[in-house]
Amino acid sequence: MSQTLFAQALLNPDAALPPGLVDPEGLPAPKRFSVYRNNVASSLTRALEAGFPTVRALVGDPFFAAMALIFLRAHPPRSRMLMLYGDEFPAFLAGFPPVAHLGYLPDVARLELAMRESYHAADSTPLPEAEFQRLLGAEIAGLRLRLAPAVRLLRSNWPVVSIWATHHEDGPKPRPVAEDALILRPDFDPHPHRLPTGGADLVDGLLSGRTLGESLDKAGPGMDLAAILGLLISGRAIIGVSE
Amino acid sequence: MTNQSKSLVIAGALATALSGIAGMAHAQENEKCFGVALAGQNDCAAGEGTTCAGTSKVDYQGNAWTLVPAGTCETMELPAGMEGMERKGSLTALDRDLPKA
Repeated sequence: MSQTLFAQALLNPDAALPPGLVDPEGLPAPKRFSVYRNNVASSLTRALEAGFPTVRALVGDPFFAAMALIFLRAHPPRSRMLMLYGDEFPAFLAGFPPVAHLGYLPDVARLELAMRESYHAADSTPLPEAEFQRLLGAEIAGLRLRLAPAVRLLRSNWPVVSIWATHHEDGPKPRPVAEDALILRPDFDPHPHRLPTGGADLVDGLLSGRTLGESLDKAGPGMDLAAILGLLISGRAIIGVSE
Repeated sequence: MTNQSKSLVIAGALATALSGIAGMAHAQENEKCFGVALAGQNDCAAGEGTTCAGTSKVDYQGNAWTLVPAGTCETMELPAGMEGMERKGSLTALDRDLPKA
């Protein structure tokens, strides 16, 4: 029996059982294979449920489980590690007709995926507060900030942060506005924050290595710079500064 | 804006940010704890949900698509004017789009 046949039959319930499977007595053992096939689907479904709790809450448990099964058969893991399994799930949702009317669903999945990436990102040490005080007297516009590896930015046309907060923090009902999300991990748990207008452009500038002055230009006028800097500092997201 | 005046703007914002944070700093220090990773990311999947009674027949079948997503999504308002979402989002708007039972 080939590994390819075995793998195909594992993900396709309509495929014939791979020939040559026997139990310890040497008798054909189709039932054992079925059990294994079921466990593969079950464990991947559990992984998706754990990784996308908000998506699951939005569509309901039975719907999510059925959808997960279709997804995992079309997109089996590409890595041995399950920790980032489901990176193709947002794109899958965007092209999946039964959820086409839930336009926000792919971005909610992107947010949850970004939070998982943040959770698994490397640890880092934030810049000490005294360093920030020292910057006040410097030519600060020409400086570049280095952000923590756990920082993630997600731009969305949907109220993704509010949707998340509604499900995880009993936040108020989401209002129909676009929200850009900044995910910070001050210690070990990532948390999404809603960025004020222009904030995504500023953070994007900083993440791409632009100076503070250039990033400020990119973000345009009227942006609450103090609020964003406060968010980054209290979220322990600024880990270095350079010319 | 010159770089110098930009520096003044940024320093002002930074000073505001720092004064806002001073009160809440060091409110809580955490320690690293091993062996408590989020479930599902590295789950051997023994136990719940992996009963050996199963065959592929016990998996949810394609006919599950007659189900309508039944969750809190239906209580949410949607942004208007999105692609494929011309109407104002609301419970009634969603009802129109639900797949036929």
